[in-house]
Amino acid sequence: MCLGIPGQLVEIVDPAEHRGIADVDGVRREVNIGLVMGEAGGIKVGDWILIHVGFAMSRIDEEEAQRTLEFLKLMGDVYDDEIKQFSQDAPL
Amino acid sequence: MTEGAHAGGDLHPTREEVVLERIEAFRRRRPRLKDEFINSAHGAGGKASAALIDAVFLEAFRNDTLEAMTDGAVLELPSGDRIAFSTDSFVVKPRRFPGGSIGHLAIHGTVNDLAMMGATPRWISAAFVLEDGFSIAELHAIVADMHEAALLAGVDVVTGDTKVVNKGAADGVYITTAGVGVIPADVHLTAEAVRPGDKVLVSGMIGDHGVAVLIARGDLALEADIPSDTAPLNELVGKLLAAAPNTRFLRDPTRGGVATVCNELARAADVSVVLQESALPVRNIVNGACEILGIDPLYVANEGKLVAVVPAEEADAALAAMQGHPVGADAAIIGEIRDDPPGIVILNTGFGGNRIVDMLVGDPLPRIC
Amino acid sequence: MKYVDEYRDPAAARATVAQIEALAGDRHLKFMEVCGGHTHTIYKHGIENVLPDSVELVHGPGCPVCVIPMGRVDDAIAVAKAPGVIFTSFGDMMRVPGGKENLLEAKAQGADVRMVYSPLDALRIAEANHDREVVFFAVGFETTAPSTAVTLIKAKQRGITNFSVYCNHVTIVPPLKAILESPDLRLDGFLGPGHVSTVIGNRPYRFVPRDYGKPLVTAGFEPLDILQSIVMLLRQIREGRCEVENQYTRAVVDEGNPRALKILGEVFELRPHFEWRGLGFISQSALKLNADYADFDAELRFNVPGVRVADPKACQCGEVLKGVIKPWECKVFGTACTPETPIGTCMVSSEGACAAYYNYGRFTKAATIPVRAAEPEPVTSG
Repeated sequence: MCLGIPGQLVEIVDPAEHRGIADVDGVRREVNIGLVMGEAGGIKVGDWILIHVGFAMSRIDEEEAQRTLEFLKLMGDVYDDEIKQFSQDAPL
Repeated sequence: MTEGAHAGGDLHPTREEVVLERIEAFRRRRPRLKDEFINSAHGAGGKASAALIDAVFLEAFRNDTLEAMTDGAVLELPSGDRIAFSTDSFVVKPRRFPGGSIGHLAIHGTVNDLAMMGATPRWISAAFVLEDGFSIAELHAIVADMHEAALLAGVDVVTGDTKVVNKGAADGVYITTAGVGVIPADVHLTAEAVRPGDKVLVSGMIGDHGVAVLIARGDLALEADIPSDTAPLNELVGKLLAAAPNTRFLRDPTRGGVATVCNELARAADVSVVLQESALPVRNIVNGACEILGIDPLYVANEGKLVAVVPAEEADAALAAMQGHPVGADAAIIGEIRDDPPGIVILNTGFGGNRIVDMLVGDPLPRIC
Repeated sequence: MKYVDEYRDPAAARATVAQIEALAGDRHLKFMEVCGGHTHTIYKHGIENVLPDSVELVHGPGCPVCVIPMGRVDDAIAVAKAPGVIFTSFGDMMRVPGGKENLLEAKAQGADVRMVYSPLDALRIAEANHDREVVFFAVGFETTAPSTAVTLIKAKQRGITNFSVYCNHVTIVPPLKAILESPDLRLDGFLGPGHVSTVIGNRPYRFVPRDYGKPLVTAGFEPLDILQSIVMLLRQIREGRCEVENQYTRAVVDEGNPRALKILGEVFELRPHFEWRGLGFISQSALKLNADYADFDAELRFNVPGVRVADPKACQCGEVLKGVIKPWECKVFGTACTPETPIGTCMVSSEGACAAYYNYGRFTKAATIPVRAAEPEPVTSG
């Protein structure tokens, strides 16, 4: 139910039948892109998708992915101050 | 036993420790076979296989040599020389896959079992069970592969047998090979020789063969350029033992993978094997296939790799020797032996945590969850 | 691997754990995850061993494979044994025991049971074998149900008649509610199921903070996703907030996947109630094929025994699923109930809490000293 793997859409074999090819680190498999065709901007070759049981479930948003990583990187710096501040506050 | 198992060493074990101890005692009991019929788990190399071997074969054939349960039997001749004797059957489907065929496996498999005992493989027997209607052209091709493999390994096929069975049996062809090799007087490789502080090495990328065959079967509709790693290891072992003469133990991680070899070692030697995930050599593409399918490369079969345990002071020499040989180019130190917790294999994950690597239950099955 | 490796970085992990430690302070907090994939990631990477003692993770009923009652597995096996049937199933279900055997064992006795990676593969098998009846064992939450739905729509469009689905899809909100309604509940927040949310979005979880006062953060599946989600939960608690937040923004949007939801509506309808192993009967918690697709319903096409098989009395899965007891506190854990001889749902598949703890989690506090390998950097190769 939860095994979703990020892969890159490298080919659209049959747009009418929603058949595409995804590449995961050099492994290729046909995936059904019917569930993501309607996304804003549509799905195109080169996009990254989340693959589950042979279906693309959603498009992976590169910007959001970056934002998450930035947040994680910042954890070490900026938020140290925030934490110091919280620990000085009265306990909950 | 309980006190040593946890950092902190309380005099009074916690409730959790008591439960874990009870589990370990339960696990150490001889594996019990409750099944009435064979199923695929019995062939996977994990717990079910062990139970079957123990309850049926060991029970009937009881003798010290067999009980050692090593890759091959070590036999002492009246002259004092030792020979290694090993056998293996080959039933792989599909019979031909990227990187090789059942023919290559049939020779390399037995050559490697002998090499893991430290023997120089010399003579091989090959028995064929053929299905009525099997293509002779295909048989020619398989035997040609066997000849090629034998040449590469420096062995001779000196005797054999052929049987034909009805259509529907033998799934095409089943091949059984047995082999004999001589063990040099100064070579003694056993699990019991393994000591805490020893290093664990693997001779190269893991998971190639099992994934190659799974993909070649076609059911999963994956396309990937992953050839089997099938190869003879006797030359590599020669180089390894020359550079690291105090090597303790060798085993080839065939079905059940590196995880199974490490678990068997941990139990036989009553030590802990601690592996470092970031040091495990896995091809990106094999990793990708395993991620898609939800299987763990540690449990996937290899047909051209070995796991070696060497004393810490010989580890670098062992590594260099393997890396200097074509089939060992990607060799790596992947872990070490500790005394505690005994019988358990632990993986320090790349992320910074750790977990147990347990014995396989049945065939690793792709998952969706 | 892109979008995977970056979220496993140990240095970022250490920094995040430090944050968690500071945010949690002296409190002892319990967070539940309700997704088998989360349980799996947590154990696979040993996440519980890097968390401070102040934060405890509890593994809820998120494994759609584990919660299928034994009687339903028996029904599946009965169909698999029917003459002429090719029974297709995901790998996860093959070893789940019914009343006396599992699908792998049925296969050993001659049933044509085949493992597939996708329901579309099952349809392909039907197209390639006109003289056989092909049945697909559909399991999974809302993540997987759209895939079954698309497959059925294609089957109908192509006029394929030798294909049917044995439907055991379940939905996430009812069991979540059942957990929250439990009187012995003691949880401080939830990690929401990231991949289910790619379909249903984040809004369906609003009842959790609104009606039960617990925060929920929809979480991704890499170790750093889980750690970050814990930070977000702790922040909410610190700041006196209680709401649904989304950590898995790279794959989940608030409204989910409207196309997938629409397709679900075309093919499925809710069953009035469904039995969940360990949790009992829960109303409107499972899907069945609606009238338009009744022709493809295996339960109508085949005679199934439909017998309810009760879990053994010794089983304490219900308490484990709610986080009331830990796996090793169950009286039969590790002895009568092991991964090879599972008694209850928590041991049945590798992401059940008990199986995960048994297979991955035992003894791990003992080996926290890292091994010095010759080449400390990760091996990469093409």
